[in-house]
Amino acid sequence: MTRDPGDTGTNDESVHVLRSDDLDRAMTRISHEIIERNRGLDGVVLIGLQRGGVWLSERLATTLERIDGRPVPRGELDVSLFRDDIGLRPVTPVAVTRIPIDLTGARVIVIDDVLYTGRTVRAALDALHQYGRPAQVQLAVMVDRGHRELPIRPDYIGKNLPTSSDEDVVVSPEGVVLRRRATT
Amino acid sequence: MKHVRSISEIGTEGVVRILRTARHMEAVNSRPVPKVPALVGRTVVSLFFEDSTRTRISFETAARRLSADTVNFSVSTSSLNKGESLRDTIETVSAMGAAVFVVRHRTSGVPWQISEWTDASIVNAGDGWHQHPTQALLDCYTVMARRGLDPSPECLAGLRIAIVGDSRHSRVARSCLEAFSGLGAEVVLVGPATLLPPDTTSWTVSTSTSLDDVLPEVDVVYMLRMQRERMNEALVPDLAEYSRRFGLDETRWSRTRPDTLLMHPGPMNRGVEMMFDPSSTTQSAIIDQVTHGISVRMAVLFELLASGDEVPS
Repeated sequence: MTRDPGDTGTNDESVHVLRSDDLDRAMTRISHEIIERNRGLDGVVLIGLQRGGVWLSERLATTLERIDGRPVPRGELDVSLFRDDIGLRPVTPVAVTRIPIDLTGARVIVIDDVLYTGRTVRAALDALHQYGRPAQVQLAVMVDRGHRELPIRPDYIGKNLPTSSDEDVVVSPEGVVLRRRATT
Repeated sequence: MKHVRSISEIGTEGVVRILRTARHMEAVNSRPVPKVPALVGRTVVSLFFEDSTRTRISFETAARRLSADTVNFSVSTSSLNKGESLRDTIETVSAMGAAVFVVRHRTSGVPWQISEWTDASIVNAGDGWHQHPTQALLDCYTVMARRGLDPSPECLAGLRIAIVGDSRHSRVARSCLEAFSGLGAEVVLVGPATLLPPDTTSWTVSTSTSLDDVLPEVDVVYMLRMQRERMNEALVPDLAEYSRRFGLDETRWSRTRPDTLLMHPGPMNRGVEMMFDPSSTTQSAIIDQVTHGISVRMAVLFELLASGDEVPS
């Protein structure tokens, strides 16, 4: 983990963990891993989780197409009404679910920006069931920050990032930033 | 949000919030399996002291699509007929674990009275002449959807909406008036003078006794059901006379602009306020109102039970 020299003057509590080009390289590596593990891209469907996983799934689709030469089907999934912490924290469902094809028999790759407790992924597994019975579901995340509360593990990881629970991980096209939450 | 008993209680902010959530619920309803586990284990009790088909079924469908359990408390077969008081009934049913009561009663104010006796949330599904907030919410949603508008505090600004009929005795008119004008629309109440509210000076609304004058200049024509029971009170000379002046037939309807919407809360009195088949015009949004009712009521139940603005102790 390196401190971003451009960042230090403004905010000592923010650490740039991955830069934009690191992110691109991680994406390329994950793409090759996906192709290797699935022996090509036959039957592979990318599903980005609202909202952080959606733009990552678009990027991944572009990278995979560049490598393999064929477009990969891609969808978006909102899991807010499938969560197990409904009523325990503010939930404002606004994002949409868009699954273009029947998932029965597909190799679904669920994509999210940060893997933390695993509860979002659990909700996603429930939600996916309504769109068919996938042959396999794999999980790709840009950052695995630990602190799992469920037996869930990612298949493809951009970066393993040990964190404490009072830190926030922000993934954007500019890179990955680790930020200490302001204590009030 | 603890209760949805009137439009003024939830305010414009609450209205917008529910409309936003309803949009998401509409997306859920268009999925191959229109059901989500959001309210699993919660119980929604419908308590209808007055006849209703569409509202009760709409609420029960909404609750089921969110995986809540539904209990339909049928007043005609209940112990209320053995002389049990309303209060005892409410306390008994809430002791069985009701999270929400959906209440309709012929007396204004009953939903407020009931909330004194239970910790459950109350949704007013119509109390006397007073309020019917979910009807107004689904009407706002329908106008928004048909006009391609996004929910916001001023989203109906610039629209003129005519509410036609017995607005004096109508809870739908009262709720719609508040909701429409809260979102920036201009509302005009149309009807015979005996059926217009006696004093509208404190409301931001205009009135007219001529439907023909109003029709060409409004964006929405909202027909109210002519309640036949009003005839006994001699407020209209006879239904034929009422229909002649305020009934909507094809000739009248042809004077509206091509994008004017036709709405009706149902059930329709064909031959009284509605003299032609509204399904013959694509300007009719009456079926949309019914469909959107489910999404909007899902949003109401979700806001009450699951939005998480109050952490349960």
